[in-house]
Amino acid sequence: MANVLVFAEVRAGDVRKVALEAVTAGRQLAELSGGGSVHAVLAGDAGIGGKAGALAEYGADSVLVLEHAGFAQYNPEALAATLAQRLSGGTYGFAVFSATAQGRDLSPRVAAKLGSGLAPDLTSFTVEGGNVVGQHFNMNGKTIATLTLTGSPAVLSVRPSAFQPAANARPLATEAISSATDPSASRVKVVELKQGNTGKIDLNDAPIIVAGGRGLKAAENFKLCDDLADAFGNAAVGATRAVTDEGWRPHSDQIGQTGRNVSPNLYIAVGISGAIQHLAGMRTSKTIVAINKDKDAPIFKVADYGIVGDVFDVMPAFTDEVKKVRAQG
Amino acid sequence: MKIAVCIKRVPVMETKFAIAADGTRVDEAGLKYDVNDFDLWAIEAGLQLKEKNGNAGEVVAICLGPDAAQEQIRKALAMGADRGVLLQAATVPADGLSVARALAAELKEGGYDLVLFGRIAIDSMNQMTGPMVAELLDLPCVTNVCKLEISGGTGRAERQLEGASEVVEFPLPALLTIDDGLNKERLPSLKGIMAAKKKPLDVKPAQLGDIKVSVTKMALPPERAAGRILGDSAAAVPELVRLLQTEAKVL
Repeated sequence: MANVLVFAEVRAGDVRKVALEAVTAGRQLAELSGGGSVHAVLAGDAGIGGKAGALAEYGADSVLVLEHAGFAQYNPEALAATLAQRLSGGTYGFAVFSATAQGRDLSPRVAAKLGSGLAPDLTSFTVEGGNVVGQHFNMNGKTIATLTLTGSPAVLSVRPSAFQPAANARPLATEAISSATDPSASRVKVVELKQGNTGKIDLNDAPIIVAGGRGLKAAENFKLCDDLADAFGNAAVGATRAVTDEGWRPHSDQIGQTGRNVSPNLYIAVGISGAIQHLAGMRTSKTIVAINKDKDAPIFKVADYGIVGDVFDVMPAFTDEVKKVRAQG
Repeated sequence: MKIAVCIKRVPVMETKFAIAADGTRVDEAGLKYDVNDFDLWAIEAGLQLKEKNGNAGEVVAICLGPDAAQEQIRKALAMGADRGVLLQAATVPADGLSVARALAAELKEGGYDLVLFGRIAIDSMNQMTGPMVAELLDLPCVTNVCKLEISGGTGRAERQLEGASEVVEFPLPALLTIDDGLNKERLPSLKGIMAAKKKPLDVKPAQLGDIKVSVTKMALPPERAAGRILGDSAAAVPELVRLLQTEAKVL
């Protein structure tokens, strides 16, 4: 039996969906290792404790609430010190992070402080003889390594969207904890959070993604993708590297090996040829639709449904059809 | 300004990988190697900072890897780095912390104002060595840097998140990991390539510690079955939407 400490990621005062995924993965890990407890660390400005309920709902037996103005923004140094202090007490066998920009910044710091092994960006795992054995994409997403992680506490991070949040409600139990170091004394200071796509659904939260490639020919033609996403109502718009390199869309929208890894229910590739680097970031999507006028485009090799046609012809019709179907409700 | 750039030799990824007979690594036969993309951007960042400072100081390229990685260090020298260090290891362990320990031991007494890494090595995809080294050396650390200004003893960087970014301030010395979008790396000039042959390159054994993470199996991802082409125009759209509703059940 091993207890699990989960770091619950917060952005702009809200618990992210990836935090619920991490709690879900933590719960699985606790069950696989013989039924330990799952404790989630929730850090933020005064009042963040009010968001603890969501973590209990997905399986956190206890939420350790770290409230301080110094955690209003991401504070890696004070967080790493606090987490390492908790983990070094012998209570925990495992620590779970999200393999996001924040989790992949924080987890190595914590592992290094503890002298622990870190298995990153896992898409699945089991426990064998007390050790985590997990799957991790490597070689630019072209191969899958099975990593065996020894020692305790062992640190791992889970790939966004790989573990879908599973409700597993526990009675809400919170405990206020304090920072191991003065959070205002950290050397690295986040002075501003610039939100992209404000008000729009994030790529990792969206059940449907409409992604555009070079086949759209110009930045303004992304309106075709935006319109289809709006017609769905719960879709986000992504892009290929070629598009973000051209500056048609922000870098943060790039899906692929050097960008975001996504795994929505429905992925619609619009004017995307399907370079291996792009496929690496979306091939685990449940259903893939491709619209491209080149019948030999590699995207058709991974697509469930394809239309070999002109995106400027197909997309407006697609948007109208989705609107019609949704109106019928 | 004294800048260290930690680089990695990685396979060129535009290839079809096969799994080696022992089942725990890719077959190396026929693979070509280059400097990891993100590390090229880290080298470029180091060179630009040195140039902005009137070419004062030095840029040192440090690589942990096999003997053959001298080729990648020479590329960094040809781009303009002043000297190189190879921390010799026949294979690079999957355990990022053991790599970080060996790099930290080399960097510790170096007196560097900045230590730069690429955000991620595209072979292991570990994305952990930089912040681990920072922790071992107690250096301020900013990862995923896509914008950077250094003035005097402080820096200001922007780091990329999913759908957002953070503006971060930090004092020097510091360790940064460089993301896509900060710069475009320069190509080595012929003059640079000639000069690189004469630049110093130290070779010493890597001090790798104990190993807690290992690759116990390597596999190719399952192929997705090719799907159906529904048509060649907007006329296929109603059928597509019908299948998304009734067959794929995603609408």
